[in-house]
Amino acid sequence: MSALSASAPWATLLLGAALTLAQVMLTAAMALATLRILRGPRAQDRILGLDTLYVNTMLLFLTLGMREGSQHFFEAALIVALLGFVGTVAFAKFLMRGEVIE
Amino acid sequence: MTRLLPHPLLFLALLAMWLLLNQSVSPGHLVLGAIVALVASWTLSVFRMERSGLRRPQAMVQLALRVLVDIFRSNLAVGTIILTGTRGGGRAGFMTIPLDLRSQGGLAMLAIILTATPGTLWMNYDAAKGELLLHVLDLVDEEHWTTLIKQRYERLLMEIFE
Amino acid sequence: MTAAPDLPAWAALLVAFLVVAGAAITLIGSAGLWRLDSFYARVHAPTLGATLGTGGILVGSMVCFSVLESRFVLHEILIAVFITVTTPITLMLLSRAALYRDRVEENPEVPASAFPETEPPSDPR
Repeated sequence: MSALSASAPWATLLLGAALTLAQVMLTAAMALATLRILRGPRAQDRILGLDTLYVNTMLLFLTLGMREGSQHFFEAALIVALLGFVGTVAFAKFLMRGEVIE
Repeated sequence: MTRLLPHPLLFLALLAMWLLLNQSVSPGHLVLGAIVALVASWTLSVFRMERSGLRRPQAMVQLALRVLVDIFRSNLAVGTIILTGTRGGGRAGFMTIPLDLRSQGGLAMLAIILTATPGTLWMNYDAAKGELLLHVLDLVDEEHWTTLIKQRYERLLMEIFE
Repeated sequence: MTAAPDLPAWAALLVAFLVVAGAAITLIGSAGLWRLDSFYARVHAPTLGATLGTGGILVGSMVCFSVLESRFVLHEILIAVFITVTTPITLMLLSRAALYRDRVEENPEVPASAFPETEPPSDPR
């Protein structure tokens, strides 16, 4: 078989480097979202930053799962996505009416 | 039939979700997933959703491919705007589009498509007038966006949902 | 470099490309969140991460685990479907809330006259 179908040390090294690069970029994306939360200027900007932060965190969990070769991170990512959705909807409702439960 | 299985598509989707979550197609999981999906679709029938008959699978495949291509294209366009900081002579702005689409399922689908493609955002729909308020990041000319949405998505959605 | 799963070379290359591309698109989206100048322009930026960014990393994860365990691992589809359905809802709700707030304050940036009768959605359902 060709060299491509066997596992090779250089390929594992490359995948490790790619995962590290992806994690660095996702962390930078999280930092940018956090800056937007801190800076505002209005409440809707902060909530938008929080929503982005949730999505970025979910993606970081998925890359962590790939690095560890473990599927347990999938469940964590799914829960982060679910909580992010519910949280953002509640915040948006709060902005519209000033109260979440009527 | 309708009383036993009020929303067959929803039932299938829930069953598929159960099987994916458990990563198994063993008979035990099939039965358990079917029970869960059946109870959940009975519960949801309380909401009296509008029953939308889906037609023309060919049009659905065509629409899905079109949306996929557009997601790639608009990702590229919005990415360019963010990185270069230029708006190509355009500006971000609001615009209204008169829609002929009336079915709730079709409108929901259009909302998802427009919001999922970066660069356009569904803001508000006035059911009385049938007008859609849209926010566009790169509003070069309104005519372009109107024809894009009406020709590219609305016609196919009307074929599928109405 | 730290640990990475032992994949065949073709899978490793594919997964590496997909993951880096997805993360880069997500980073561009978040950069837009920081760089664009008004709220309504900024709402468009995170959609990049929620569509192609998530898509790239999810497909990479699917390929990675499918090859690693020699069977189809498809449950990432759930996250994809979930994100596709929920992102429009959150963005729409958020931008409508922002529109409502701006209309109450009579901010000249938003069209107030387009729907004069539009009030906070009073849908009874």
